[in-house]
Amino acid sequence: MNTTTVNDATGHHDHDHDHAPEGFMRWLTSTNHKDIGSLYLWFSLFMFFFAGALAMLIRAELFQPGLQYFQPGVFNQLTTMHGLIMIFGAIMPALVGFANWQVPLMIGAPDMAFPRLNNWSFWLLPAAGTLLIATFFVPGGAISGGWTMYPPLYMQGGIAYDISILSVHILGISSIMGAINIIVTILNMRAPGMTLMKMPLFVWTWLITAFLLVAVMPVLACAITMLLTDRNFGTHFFDAAGGGDPIMFQHVFWFFGHPEVYIMILPSFGIVSTILPTFARKPLFGYVSMVYAVASIAILSFIVWAHHMFTTGMPLGGQLFFMYATMLISIPTGIKVFNWVATLWRGSITLETPMLFSLAFVILFTLGGFSGLVLALVPVDIQLQDTYYVVAHFHYVLFSGSAMAIMAGVYYWLPKWTGHMYDEKLGKVHFWVTAIAFNITFFPMHFLGLAGMPRRIPDYALQFADFNAIASVGGFLLGASQLLFLYIVIKCARGGAPAGNRPWDGADTLEWTLSSPPPYHSFVTPPLVK
Amino acid sequence: MQTHTNNNAYYVPPPSIWPLVGSIALLTLATGFALLLNKTAIGPYVMALGAGILLIMLFGWFGAVINESISGKYAGQEDASFRWGMAWFIFSEVMFFAGFFGALFYARNIAVPMLEDAQSLWPGFVAAWPTAGPGLKTVITPVHAWGIPALNTLILLTSGVTLTWAHWGLQKDKQSQLKLGLALTIALGILFIGLQWYEYVVLDFTLRDGIFGATFFMLTGFHGFHVILGTVMLIVILFRSLASHFTPGRHFAFEAVAWYWHFVDVVWLLLFIFVYCL
Amino acid sequence: MSIPKYPDPRAGHTYCTWTIRILFALLAGLAPALARADFALNLPTPATGVAQDIYDLHTLILWICCAILVVVFIPMAIALLKHRKSVGHQAAKFHDNLAVEIIWTVIPILILISMIWPATKLVVSMKDVSKSDLTIKVTGYQWKWEYEYLGDNIRFMSNSSTPQAQIDGEQPKGEHYLLEVDRPLVVPAGKKVRLVLTSNDVIHAWWVPAFGVKQDAIPGFIRDTWFKVDQPGIYRGQCAELCGVKHGFMPVVVEVVTPEKFDAWKQEQKALVAAAAANAGKTYQMAELNAIGEKVYTANCAACHQANGVGIPGAFPALSGSKIATGDVAGHIDMVLNGKSPTAMAAFGKQLSDLDIAAVVTYERNKWDNKTGDLVQPADVAARRK
Ligand code: HEA
Ligand code: HEA
Ligand code: HEC
Ligand code: CUA
Ligand SMILES: [Cu+2]
Repeated sequence: MNTTTVNDATGHHDHDHDHAPEGFMRWLTSTNHKDIGSLYLWFSLFMFFFAGALAMLIRAELFQPGLQYFQPGVFNQLTTMHGLIMIFGAIMPALVGFANWQVPLMIGAPDMAFPRLNNWSFWLLPAAGTLLIATFFVPGGAISGGWTMYPPLYMQGGIAYDISILSVHILGISSIMGAINIIVTILNMRAPGMTLMKMPLFVWTWLITAFLLVAVMPVLACAITMLLTDRNFGTHFFDAAGGGDPIMFQHVFWFFGHPEVYIMILPSFGIVSTILPTFARKPLFGYVSMVYAVASIAILSFIVWAHHMFTTGMPLGGQLFFMYATMLISIPTGIKVFNWVATLWRGSITLETPMLFSLAFVILFTLGGFSGLVLALVPVDIQLQDTYYVVAHFHYVLFSGSAMAIMAGVYYWLPKWTGHMYDEKLGKVHFWVTAIAFNITFFPMHFLGLAGMPRRIPDYALQFADFNAIASVGGFLLGASQLLFLYIVIKCARGGAPAGNRPWDGADTLEWTLSSPPPYHSFVTPPLVK
Repeated sequence: MQTHTNNNAYYVPPPSIWPLVGSIALLTLATGFALLLNKTAIGPYVMALGAGILLIMLFGWFGAVINESISGKYAGQEDASFRWGMAWFIFSEVMFFAGFFGALFYARNIAVPMLEDAQSLWPGFVAAWPTAGPGLKTVITPVHAWGIPALNTLILLTSGVTLTWAHWGLQKDKQSQLKLGLALTIALGILFIGLQWYEYVVLDFTLRDGIFGATFFMLTGFHGFHVILGTVMLIVILFRSLASHFTPGRHFAFEAVAWYWHFVDVVWLLLFIFVYCL
Repeated sequence: MSIPKYPDPRAGHTYCTWTIRILFALLAGLAPALARADFALNLPTPATGVAQDIYDLHTLILWICCAILVVVFIPMAIALLKHRKSVGHQAAKFHDNLAVEIIWTVIPILILISMIWPATKLVVSMKDVSKSDLTIKVTGYQWKWEYEYLGDNIRFMSNSSTPQAQIDGEQPKGEHYLLEVDRPLVVPAGKKVRLVLTSNDVIHAWWVPAFGVKQDAIPGFIRDTWFKVDQPGIYRGQCAELCGVKHGFMPVVVEVVTPEKFDAWKQEQKALVAAAAANAGKTYQMAELNAIGEKVYTANCAACHQANGVGIPGAFPALSGSKIATGDVAGHIDMVLNGKSPTAMAAFGKQLSDLDIAAVVTYERNKWDNKTGDLVQPADVAARRK
């Protein structure tokens, strides 16, 4: 790609857009990638707490056997909305927020390629979020069929189901437009000299993630459109009496769903791959193989979807194919893990908060990957499908994977974003409480799953009582420790020791050449990359 | 807030109200639709309000883009962005249709034969295509591919040719060829929609008639919707041509719509083969 | 005979599991929990060959993963301890090494291949439903199982039998809380039992952990699976696919008996079927119907329409004062017989007998605010069946 600057004789003398609007309108109408990035991040933080609060209610109900606080229908609403909001409201927007802030800064661009569209991508989220949260208050309550929305269960139920489908449509539009924006920014807006293979790994991971988004969000739209018409217009896509098949929904959904989980992890890989070299004061090991590994994960992710469906009774050939393909993903993922360890090897390591989170990421994500591998083996998955083992697996990859990488990234870039250092001591406390509480919460869930506790149940047999109690106590601690996170972030945003341009002596990407916080338009004159 | 504008800088538009308006529009539209689906009397009105806001937004937003384009704010790099953006948008549309085609293939080749195997549940059901499924007893007479559908294929293919001819005109700065080509393309598009509409009217099955009806109407319906959208965009382009917005050197909007039109064309070809012929 | 099998709380205690237990209990400050200590850390004790193989496969994978973990994280630990700035370690500059990259691509591939082999063999055997001794059709309903012994004209529903009072905490919870049913599936020991599964409404999954069997039951489609248990006993499991409000209350209980006992049981069941048929034309009194109706209502309807008949506004309509439940009797019977697709209101015609439906309709028409005084006989229901 040729990214040398344009010579346009007609000129761009248009001073009025250089003023950042003030007050409310600045946020409502912004075309600035940093403002929009901040909006994404705040939105996701809010949703993280909202969905987290639902998780607290789940853990409260599961603290002991019997029905304590919620009727089963309400409990299912909590579970469903917790999963849906965490994924679409917390993790994905947070990662897009990072992309907004960091991609232009890291490739030396003045802004995103389509700044206005960027604003729309964001403002669709509150619209969709409002719809989703509103469903708690409609007759019949929120959706309760699981975040995976399987029919025919999804055919039953009231207006909340239609609202939620439309809301997910809006989220999809937002994601697709956001992803197109990111792809084009990366392909078209790099500073002169910034070849693809010189891009920071974070940018690479987002390029590939954005590709995944553009490829699979429309497929999700298909799936839920068919649901909508089955519910309201009398089609029979998922109804055997009309020649349809409920399993067809699962195929279409997981064709989206599996790439979706990598959408949530690849940018996290990128964040961690940026932080580890900084605090090891040593270049990332195996940059090229990292890029290829990410690409292979993305490509493989299109052919493994049915590992979520082993118990539906696929033909033998299907089970074997999807088992092998799924296992194959361990190879590129393993390469990444090994490269991270090799990056640390013989470095000059310091353990600031972002580093601590990243190190925990490497270890705990690997654990989550291993439980994924266990689930990939068809016979074992037959035992474990839809049990708490799966819940343990995906919280290891999603919480200690995506969410902890996001926290690492927040600590790492907060000084750049706000111009202030965060409170290092509190940050470390936050880390240790989070890491310990996380394991208390989710490690026992492996045992619960092995012993036979199904997921998505409000009440359980007596032999599951102890581990559930432990998990609940851990969960509350985990929730409480996130309040500390909120406090640290707000405190840092409002003030603190000045950060300087480059607070981390090992950091070498472009954003650190700018002031902290960076100027309103990032790189008005593109930097020259050697 | 420093910035001294640089002649060469990438154009960053000023803050804009339109995205927010667009979000409010979709929020209203979705709320109205959900209400409508659940038989609430105000549903249609809320939807109409949402659609109205959406229209205002589209006019406002595209108006702003067109103004910026005319006043020469978009140079080589911006132009490249638009091209990439449109290409990836079309890719997302491709995936959208791929999903429905996937559903068609799955239903036809996997689900329906599996239903035949489940004789104890659906005694006497024979896998065949088209089918309305074992529970609905409807017999389906599919559309004859070599009637209207074949004619429509011809129409769309021709419209592709006329559009390309218009593009040649534009490249050679023959404005009249451009306008004529566009007008012809639009006419063909409208003809296509009309025929498709007629076909829907005379059909004796509906989208309620089992998996055949569902996949048929979902695929042709979404395609038809895209043709309508494409035709509207072509009309806009025609008006812009009449206002001499395009030069041989700069006419991204024209090309974007042309790409879109060709994409819709290709989807139709696939539809013709997989929905009508096979 | 009933040896409780699921899960055997005392199985597989080792030094290691105790350590983990104590660790967790202490971490969470829940030492009292230890006193009860009736939880398991691993898959339940296998009762079938397949379950045993799964158990072994899982153990194998677990150890492989542990080994990889050690190999990967020991270097990491060393780096974190020794290569620290605080101990004055200077950073090296290397960032590439083709040889190691190849090694750590190839070795994992070999490891994967070593896992694939046993897994593949096991999948193949799990899929092999041929040469079965007996076939039972399992149908999932919201929220109960129906078992039909194909060729034997034996067919019955299996409902959860845990009292609501235990669930609500008004009574102490029994030993098999949530894992007990009114009529278990009865199968002979040592015989290969093939299950064919389907569902009446939404997707359910029939799961007995000790058998290593979990199979979705999909409405309109048929799937099959099999198991062969040698040890007579009672085995417990649950529905494993979210299927609506009472998904958590849909247990599976299988009673494995000796073949002789199984044959005796079969004769008994056939006698019961014959007796029911003899009663077909009988007419019932209001009190009788109300008594049966209340049971049917509690077991089948109260989940949605609630015990007090007020339903859940917006989701499930009230029956108390409902137009249908106080209007035309035929309309009421039809609603219960045929349900209303695609709402949650299922067609109960397939799962309830004429008597049951007559009773529950009578009950609904005379309970709460509905004082119609109507009496519905089984024959009335039979007449409206299509
Ligand atoms: C960020 C999200 C994320 C990520 C990264 C992953 C990663 C993986 N997942 Fe996970 N998964 C989920 C999120 C994720 N998953 C979610 C949300 C669900 C549940 C959805 C629902 O039902 O609600 C799920 C469910 C799920 C299932 C279905 C379970 C069931 O319902 O029955 C399976 C089965 O195969 C699976 C497998 C895997 C595998 C093999 C990987 C691999 O990518 C992991 C690869 C990594 C490693 C293996 C570790 C590092 C490697 C090495 C150190 C190299 C050496 C290793 C070897 C040679 C073995 N996942
Ligand atoms: C990215 C994703 C993500 C994250 C971060 C989490 C975080 C957590 N999850 Fe979640 N979870 C999912 C994704 C995620 N989860 C998904 C996809 C499902 C499947 C859904 C389905 O089955 O359909 C699921 C399901 C799921 C279950 C299974 C429910 C069931 O099957 O019935 C449980 C049970 O313990 C659980 C617990 C938790 C807990 C304790 C946390 C904790 O980490 C949360 C920590 C808490 C906070 C961050 C908030 C703290 C806030 C406060 C303390 C403020 C309190 C304020 C008020 C009360 C006003 N989750
Ligand atoms: C899974 C939930 C569920 C169960 C269990 C259930 N119903 Fe219903 N029932 C519904 C729903 C939902 C409707 C509303 C259907 C509609 O939209 O008209 C309904 C409607 C009815 C109506 C009509 C009420 C009216 O005024 O519209 C009657 C009568 C009825 N059910 C009787 C029963 C009986 C008898 C049983 C048990 C044998 C039963 N239901 C079990 C969900 C359920
Ligand atoms: Cu039946 Cu869950
Ligand atoms: Cu997956």
